[in-house]
This record gives sequence, C-alpha cells and structure tokens, in this order.
Amino acid sequence: MAEYKIMTGNEALTHGAIAAGMRFFAGYPITPATEIAELSSELLPKVDGTYMQMEDELAAAAAILGASAAGKKAMTATSGPGFTLMHENVGYGMATEIPCVVVDVMRQGPCQGVATLPAQGDFMAVKWAAHGDHPVIAIAPSSVAETYTEIIRAFNLSEKYRTPVFFVSDATLAHMSEKIRIPDASELEIVERPQPTCDPDEYLPFNMEDNGIVPMANFGSGYRWFASGLIHDDTGFPVKTGNTVAIEGASRHLLGKIEDNIEDIQKWEEYKCDDAEILILSVGLVSRSVKTAIDAAREEGIKVGLFRPITLWPFPGKRFAELTAKAKTVMTCEMNLGQLSEIAAQYTDRDQKIVAITQSDGTVIQAKKILNAIKEAK
Amino acid sequence: MSEQHVYDKYFRADKLKTMWCPGCGNGIVLQSLVRALEETGTPLEKTVVISGIGCSSRAVNYLNTCALHTNHGRAIAFATGVKMANPDLKVVVITGDGDCTSIGGNHFIHACRRNIDITVVCINNNNYGMTGGQYSPTTPTGAMTKTTVYGNIDTPFDICDLAGAAGATYVARSLTYNPVHLKNTLKKALDHKGLSVVDAMSDCPSLFGRLNRLGDAPTMMKRWAEIAVPLAKAKTMTEEELAGKVVYGEFTDRKDRPEYTENYAALRLKAQGGK
Ligand code: SF4
Repeated sequence: MAEYKIMTGNEALTHGAIAAGMRFFAGYPITPATEIAELSSELLPKVDGTYMQMEDELAAAAAILGASAAGKKAMTATSGPGFTLMHENVGYGMATEIPCVVVDVMRQGPCQGVATLPAQGDFMAVKWAAHGDHPVIAIAPSSVAETYTEIIRAFNLSEKYRTPVFFVSDATLAHMSEKIRIPDASELEIVERPQPTCDPDEYLPFNMEDNGIVPMANFGSGYRWFASGLIHDDTGFPVKTGNTVAIEGASRHLLGKIEDNIEDIQKWEEYKCDDAEILILSVGLVSRSVKTAIDAAREEGIKVGLFRPITLWPFPGKRFAELTAKAKTVMTCEMNLGQLSEIAAQYTDRDQKIVAITQSDGTVIQAKKILNAIKEAK
Repeated sequence: MSEQHVYDKYFRADKLKTMWCPGCGNGIVLQSLVRALEETGTPLEKTVVISGIGCSSRAVNYLNTCALHTNHGRAIAFATGVKMANPDLKVVVITGDGDCTSIGGNHFIHACRRNIDITVVCINNNNYGMTGGQYSPTTPTGAMTKTTVYGNIDTPFDICDLAGAAGATYVARSLTYNPVHLKNTLKKALDHKGLSVVDAMSDCPSLFGRLNRLGDAPTMMKRWAEIAVPLAKAKTMTEEELAGKVVYGEFTDRKDRPEYTENYAALRLKAQGGK
C-alpha cells in the first residue's frame, strides 16, 4: 500500500534508490550529500546490500563500477568537490558501459565554495563530466516527492542503456522536508538487468555496430568478459591505433545509443505554456519559485509559462524550440551565473529577447525577484 | 590440431603474443601467476583480474577470466567493489610500482587496512615503462631515469614495509629471477584469506636497464644472483652488507586480523537483528 511520509530530499533519494534495487553504495563524506551515505549505511545491510565508505571519491566511483560489474545496482552521492574527483572513473563507466547512478547534491561556488548553501553551478560540469566525447543522462528533480520517483527512473535508465546516470539535486532540496507519497512496490516500474542467454563462448560484451546494448553478464555468472577504458571493439579489447573506422565507430556508438532512445530518456514539464508569450526555462527546486511568479504575473494578465526539463541532459531541445518559436521573450532562471541561458540561446532567434535571471549568493531565487523580471521583460 | 597444454585455458590465444619487449619480466610474472592459479585450483569462472595502467597492467588482456583494465592507479578500488558485491569471487589485482604505490597509493594502503580478501600482484621494475622510463616511487636513490637525468634524489618505498605497516596480512617479495619461488609465493598469496601483496621484482631492460647501463636482459637477470638475498640470510647480515641488496621472502603472514567481507557479513546479521 502506498504510504505518506514526511522526509527530506536526501532521505527520499536514499529510500527511492533502495526501492529501485540499489544494493551497493560507496561514498565519501561531503556536505550536503552526507545524509545519503549515512542512511545507506544503516539501510543497505538490512536488505543484504553493502555500504562502503571509501578512502576518497576516486575510489567511491571505482567501487560502484566494480560492484555493478559483479551484478549489483550501485550508486554514489557527492557534491561539487567530490564530483570533480569522480569524473575520471565515471568516464570509465561511460566507456565500458557499466551502469551506475552518480548523485551530485550541488552546493555554492567553484572549488570549496560554500559547503552548506545551494546552487546550480554544476549543470555544465555534469554535461561535460569526464574528458572526451561521451554520453550523458542527467536528471534534476524539483521536489522531495519527485526526488523519490526520479531516482528510480535514474536507475532504470542506467540499466536500460548501460551507462552511468547523473542525478542533480541541491543543498536546499536535499535538506528540506516535504510530505510525499511513497508508492506501493507494485506501482513501481523497476528495470532489472537482463542477463545473456547465448552460449558463453559466443558472448560479446559490446555491440558497436547498431548502437547496440548487450546484456551485461554479472562477473562470476560463467560469461567471461573483458572491459578496458581504451577504445575497444565488440570483444572489449582495444582496437588497433590504425583502425580509424573502428575508433570513430566506437566513439559514435556511445552517443548514438542515447540519441536512438532520446524519447524514452527525455522528460519535462510544461506549466502554462500554451499561450505563453514569455517562456521561462528553469530546472530543479528554483522552478517552484518560477511557478509562483508565473501565477502572480498571470493575475496581472501577463502570458508567461515555464518549461522545466526533468531530464536535464540530453536537453529536451526539440520541444523547447517549438515553444520558444511561439514566444516573444525567453527567460532563464537559475542559481548560477548563466549556464541554461547559453543553452536557451541555441534555441532562440537572433532577434528574440533573452532575459537571464541568475543568482549565486547561496540562496534560492525568490518569486518576487522573478516576478519583477517578468514585468520588466514584458 | 596441436595438443592442448594444461595452461592453454588460462590464455586468450588470439591476444598473444604479448605487447611486451623481449626480455621484459612481465611475462614471467604472468606465467607464474597462471601456474599458481592452476595449482590452487581457482576456477576461471570465479576469477576476476583487475589492473590499472602501465606495461604490467596489460597482463589482464591475456588472461581468459573476467577482467577489468581500469584507470591508472584505480585497480584496487574497482577490485574492492567487485569483491564486496560478490565475496565468492577470487579477485586478483595486477599492477606496477607506479600504478600501485604512486597514483594508486591511497587505495593500496586502505585495502591493506581493511584486510579485504584480494591478492595484489605488483610487478616492480623500478620505473614507468609504458611512458618511456621515468622514475617511480620504487626507483633506487641515485638511479638514472628519463626524469632523473642527474640521478634520483628520492628515497624509494619498500612496498613490503608499506603493505605490512598498513595492515596487509600476507606480504612477500619474490623475483622473476626465481620463477619457482615466485609461483609458490603467488600460490600462498592466492590461498591466503585477507589482503595479500606480492612485490614481484622484475626487469625493464628496454628502459631502466638501458638508462642505468645494466646490460641486456640476460645480463640484468644474472645480476639478481648478486643482489637478491633470502630473508633468512639477510637476518644474519649487517646493514652495510645489505646495502644495494634486495631482500626477498615472506615478511608478513598473519591470521589475527578479521577479513573485511566476513566482517561485513557479520555486520549485516547484526543489522538484520541476528547476533
Ligand atoms: S618498457 Fe619495460 S616494462 Fe614495458 S614492456 Fe618494455 S621492458 Fe617491459
């Protein structure tokens, strides 16, 4: 039976992850993500799962990939400074197509910033995490309830498309409490990892040819496979450096498998967009301030709407472009110095007005500030 | 068809021959490991080998087990995840002196501290081979490398001292010069429950050997007859007599520390309300 509970974002995230089948968590303490590690350390052993506190974030990202290869759904959670350290091994997960979920509870600033305060400065760090061209799926919830349901979707996408999936929250969403509905297990769609059924001697762990996604055999299941962070072919072994066709093919495969399934991966919310002359692009918790401002502006007769990507990356640009085509003005509202505004610019006309509401003072942007900006932009 | 050799099943025939230079010690360590796996009866299906980056780490390419060729220094951290997720697996890390004790040093000491049941085989050739012969944390003081052209001023790590002090419960040094000893040492390491470390002294004739004018591969190999000293004998020697020597043998073989996956299994029982 579904239940109603009051919990914080970090609590909902942990419970949701376990409902999704997470049985391995490796992490390293960092504000404002620590509660996810704490709760995981308490809950996972109760469900025959494992919590590992690693020596650093490099090790945490490595350990979840090892655990995933051995058959467990695995996650880590961190914030900016730790996220930066994780890029290296998350890149390995992308290249070797090992599923896992990486949570970034964003905090203010570059470097250490302000550890306890929220921000959205990692949107682009998430998009470009790890060097080289690589696939990226990132999900950004706007409420505690959505944190619960969307972390489950993050695990599902990770398993379906054999790739690390990012989940971006922020310090305020992580620590605020809301009443949420916890769905009954029977209501949840949980993607279990398929296992190969072919002859073990014929098993190939990858399929570059058709952007294919081969079931990843659990280590120890009798299917022996090899993975390398080097550019490889279907066998997992490095391609010869002269084989430019295979090198290009393997690189395109990683992006291609996401592109091929973009409709299943992308998700967004449209709020009062139908007749919107002003369209606001906003992501995460701050989008709720945007909604409040929109309601107030509409009372004054201003036709304004919100476009909120829930899948932040790959950015739902096709739909956003359809909506911007109908709008006179495009606004962005984000808790950083202008990252979504650069994205918005790609989907607007040369003479279309773009108004960027940015803020990086460690607080959530208030509706009043947004309302004033809407009035000015009109 | 040619006759099957007992060790054939361990190798991916299509990946051979190896990428290693003639005279490189990596092959001797690899074949000693395969012999040890055979003699310990470790099933291939349940064996996972994990490596980082470097000439030595390429060893996993040739083994017919599940294998991860991971990022530089990170093999032990990946291995920790594999072992914790499925303690029934036999997890072996193949690494080098730079991979294990420089970029991966933190993971190494923490795995020792946890005493998790992983076997770490460190092929120690005193330099970075793959990048062309730069100095590593085990390069002897005074030695020449591409980044110590005036002689190395650093003091090297003794990997066995490091591992033992960090809590590893089986620590031994062996050498490619004595493959039987190496095989037997690897066997003990594989059979040991807990974190086992084998510091496998090896030669890189192409770089370290050439840069230090140690002669060709056979000459380098013969050199071990002069510099390698068994632990028992070393105990009878003075510090002066031991200068420039490499002491090999078993340095640690403890049974008094609990193994990490077993400890975690006990924690689970406690969490689930058992004793
Ligand atoms: S460079 Fe040195 S370590 Fe690398 S394969 Fe050649 S001899 Fe071996």
